[in-house]
Amino acid sequence: MKKRLVEIAHARSGDKGDTANIGLIAKHPKHYPLLVKQVTAARVARHFKGMIKGPVERFELPNLQALNFLLHGALDGGGTISLKTDAQGKVFSTALLRMEIEVPR
Amino acid sequence: MTAAPPAPPAPPAPPAPRPATVRGAGGQGFWGDWLEAPYRQVSGGPIDYLMMDYLAEVTMSILQKQKSRDRSRGYATDFISQMERILPALVERGIKVTANAGGVNPRGCALALADVARKQGLTGKLKIGIVTGDDLLGRLDGLMARGHQLANLDTGRPLRDVCEHVLSANAYLGAAPVVEALQRGAQVVITGRVTDTGLTLGPLMHAFGWPADAWDRIAAGTVAGHIIECGAQASGGNCLNDWKRIPDLANVGYPIVEARTDGTFDIVKHPGTGGRIDVPGVTEQLVYEMGDPREYITPDGVADFTTIRLAQRGKDRVQVSGVRGKPATDKLKVSIAYFYGYKAVGTLVYAWPDALEKARAADRILRQRLQDLKLEFDAILTEFVGANATHGPLALKALDAGGGGGDLPEVQLRIGVRSPDKARVDRFTREIAPLILNGPPSVTGFAGGRPKPEEIVAYWPALIDKALVKPAVEVMDV
Repeated sequence: MKKRLVEIAHARSGDKGDTANIGLIAKHPKHYPLLVKQVTAARVARHFKGMIKGPVERFELPNLQALNFLLHGALDGGGTISLKTDAQGKVFSTALLRMEIEVPR
Repeated sequence: MTAAPPAPPAPPAPPAPRPATVRGAGGQGFWGDWLEAPYRQVSGGPIDYLMMDYLAEVTMSILQKQKSRDRSRGYATDFISQMERILPALVERGIKVTANAGGVNPRGCALALADVARKQGLTGKLKIGIVTGDDLLGRLDGLMARGHQLANLDTGRPLRDVCEHVLSANAYLGAAPVVEALQRGAQVVITGRVTDTGLTLGPLMHAFGWPADAWDRIAAGTVAGHIIECGAQASGGNCLNDWKRIPDLANVGYPIVEARTDGTFDIVKHPGTGGRIDVPGVTEQLVYEMGDPREYITPDGVADFTTIRLAQRGKDRVQVSGVRGKPATDKLKVSIAYFYGYKAVGTLVYAWPDALEKARAADRILRQRLQDLKLEFDAILTEFVGANATHGPLALKALDAGGGGGDLPEVQLRIGVRSPDKARVDRFTREIAPLILNGPPSVTGFAGGRPKPEEIVAYWPALIDKALVKPAVEVMDV
């Protein structure tokens, strides 16, 4: 069945210049492989279409049941240049948690 | 009579006693963090060290500007008032402090603290360590002349493209000069641009006698620093996981590293404080502002975050172990700030019914007027706060799926522009208020008046050869 990531994962995001990072963490170890399989860099790039200008990179942290995403060109220049409310990418985390993935019953 | 046997040779002097554990407390996560936190960390229970981080990327340029107006300024003034409150207790209990509050004037910061200490009758009882050598502003021309490009790490452009606009330039120093200051007896170590993690790693290296090439322990101390450098973000603050059940954030306890000489450590907080320390919360802080987790690079070494093991060892106690590290690189990161131009952001609030539609109409009208005035900008950005400011098109999609934004009780129109030309930005700020009378209806929320053009200081990250930066340590007797 389809579930939104917010039901099975939590996240925290931050910035490095014009790049936002999102750490996505499985709430339960059994869900980590689902994140690895379905929440790919390409899928995240599609999810954030219109919000980011650059590519998406993904890194795996199986020890923490976490994935780390780098969203390049996400912050309108970042830092003090940015005109965005979320100039430091603090809530890209929950934007990612809107994504739906397939979770076995 | 037999001669007495010769006395055995004197054994070598025993090494200085090393503590079994060291407690390092996070006292400040940024300049502007909770004023009460350092006092609570000192008064709430036993600690050996208090670490305070004040420097964000743009802070150095603000401090450089303050120093250019008054040579005695250029440091984080909050630090002095916070220390005034805790200094007698620190001296009495022998608690040491590491803080990068020195900004672009660590010596000025130390002099201000020494003044406070003398007024408190602590003359002769306090040594202040001063770490400098990070400030490269006066050396940039020479470095560029000798072929060091200081190319932007993100764009690859050489620094000479913007060099006449540079406001500050600081190399990130590591833990080494902090260790040196502690070894020379400093109780309070005031630094310029030392890494946030170095403020925690330095005390651990000093207390346990860790060599600078004990890469796994260097990495472990770096991870410890990363966890506590954002203050309460490791102890329940800004924690999404199960946030409603995090107890008593009003009384939140800031995190404390309880470290052992083998490089393992626990994250804890003082008893009786609010907040929560658990594995999911510490995990959130570990991934905060992370790049490639296998290569967390600091001046002191390279930590591999994929080796970290976390375990709950009791209420509000998370054990961190297994951290592996690699040798340091031969580069230091340089944080350069330069003047970019101006920006202004104006807001108006539209009320139900059709709040979002009204705000959108106002945005269209405003943009038409800017166009008619032939006012062009490097960037113009509109957000509808209450609808799409944080989640952009994702939120609008969700709104549309739920029947559109027609029933939203209110929406704030937030529109900003950016330009090197101050006059254009200034003219833009005159176009917001007229919409109250000559635009869409049900508008309010303009009591703040016309927005003010702000100067934009942009950030330029670069690398420099480590050999070109020489940290300097001075120890001052109060």
